[in-house]
Amino acid sequence: MALITRGFGGRRRDDPNLPPGQYRTDDFPVLSAGPTPRISLDDWELAVVTESGERSTWSWAEFTALPADEPTVDIHCVTHWSKFGTRWRGVSLDTLLADVETAAEYVVAHSYGGYTTNIPLEDLLDGQAWVAYEFDGEPLVPAHGGPARLLVPHLYFWKSAKWLRALELRLDDEPGFWETAGYHNYGDPWREQRYQAD
Amino acid sequence: MTWQPATVAAARAETATARTLVLDVDGWAGHVPGQHIDLRLTAPDGYRAYRSYSISSAPGPGRLEVTVQAVTDGEVSPYLVDVAEPGDQLEIRGPLGGWFVRRPADPRPALLIGGGSGVAPLMSMLRAATHPTRLLYSTRSPSEALFTADLATARAADDGRIDVTYVYTRVAPPGWPAPPGRLDADALARVAWPRDADAVTFVCGPTGFVEAVADLLVDIGHDPANIRTERFGPTGG
Repeated sequence: MALITRGFGGRRRDDPNLPPGQYRTDDFPVLSAGPTPRISLDDWELAVVTESGERSTWSWAEFTALPADEPTVDIHCVTHWSKFGTRWRGVSLDTLLADVETAAEYVVAHSYGGYTTNIPLEDLLDGQAWVAYEFDGEPLVPAHGGPARLLVPHLYFWKSAKWLRALELRLDDEPGFWETAGYHNYGDPWREQRYQAD
Repeated sequence: MTWQPATVAAARAETATARTLVLDVDGWAGHVPGQHIDLRLTAPDGYRAYRSYSISSAPGPGRLEVTVQAVTDGEVSPYLVDVAEPGDQLEIRGPLGGWFVRRPADPRPALLIGGGSGVAPLMSMLRAATHPTRLLYSTRSPSEALFTADLATARAADDGRIDVTYVYTRVAPPGWPAPPGRLDADALARVAWPRDADAVTFVCGPTGFVEAVADLLVDIGHDPANIRTERFGPTGG
């Protein structure tokens, strides 16, 4: 039996939608490693680069003209908060990658400002991931990753790279910023994969 | 990473609503200033609550300190601030985090900028500092400032290595030369290291504070690559 902390009752009780070790918040905390980059929509570009170096790019106008989804999803941060029912608008990765020829199994997401994170390609397909540019019916603010961020809600939220600039398709796995700083390579909240040895 | 039992060895009131808990942990090897721990509390019925807290003490074996600001309506922080007593046990794992850290061997001068309880990890950096270190501490009022005595001691040493500057946003002490107000570009420019000093800046505090300060730093010409941030959400209790 685990250690009991004397005098601690706790208020909230287990919720089937809450992964282990998480608590629910109705706020939207921000977690970033440095200053928030400011990217003008005129300069903004999203690129997909394959393992053979083929590059597809979208300007802001081209990107926002693509068919968009409006997913409502729960998100889980490794710092223990979860937020339920977040509403986004964004372009499915199935759409962005539809015409891309690749044998890649891994993706590195690159952000304006230099952040990177790695994700298996299969985790980005079949309606599991988006490049989101609206939150709660409003343009995505810079603090939360605007103009556009990756949204991969089934993994810890550091995988949902803010200020997305490029998706690099790779044959091999290349750990990103937090993944080389002690955090888990995959980051499944339901298996509580927070840190490298979890 | 496994959970380890931690025993509350002592508790020090920092303000009316914040407290430093001294935790004894068998086999604890120390940490790098800036790192945090995950903390787990278990209720008698098995329910568990988890939070992350920065370590505020200097690195050392067997013992560490966390400084907790009670969050109104919080679940964990009021327990840590008002209920826990010496002898009580909880569980921790760590040390965690490899980015918002200042390694004592890093010779670069540092500017530490803390807002509210965001000063906690900076306090660990300051206590362990062996190279020039400036702290800019933004607090609402003197009565809400953490580590007042420890910072006075650090300043009193006055060997030119540690410099501490306060900014009061709501209430300033009697005779303070400036009216209370938010940290602005002028105040920042006065304490910032010269651009050719190869300095590193650490900013920690509530989200709005960190966003504003990091933007100001970039505006006055600091390289974003040398600014490391840690944000506390509006929750966390």
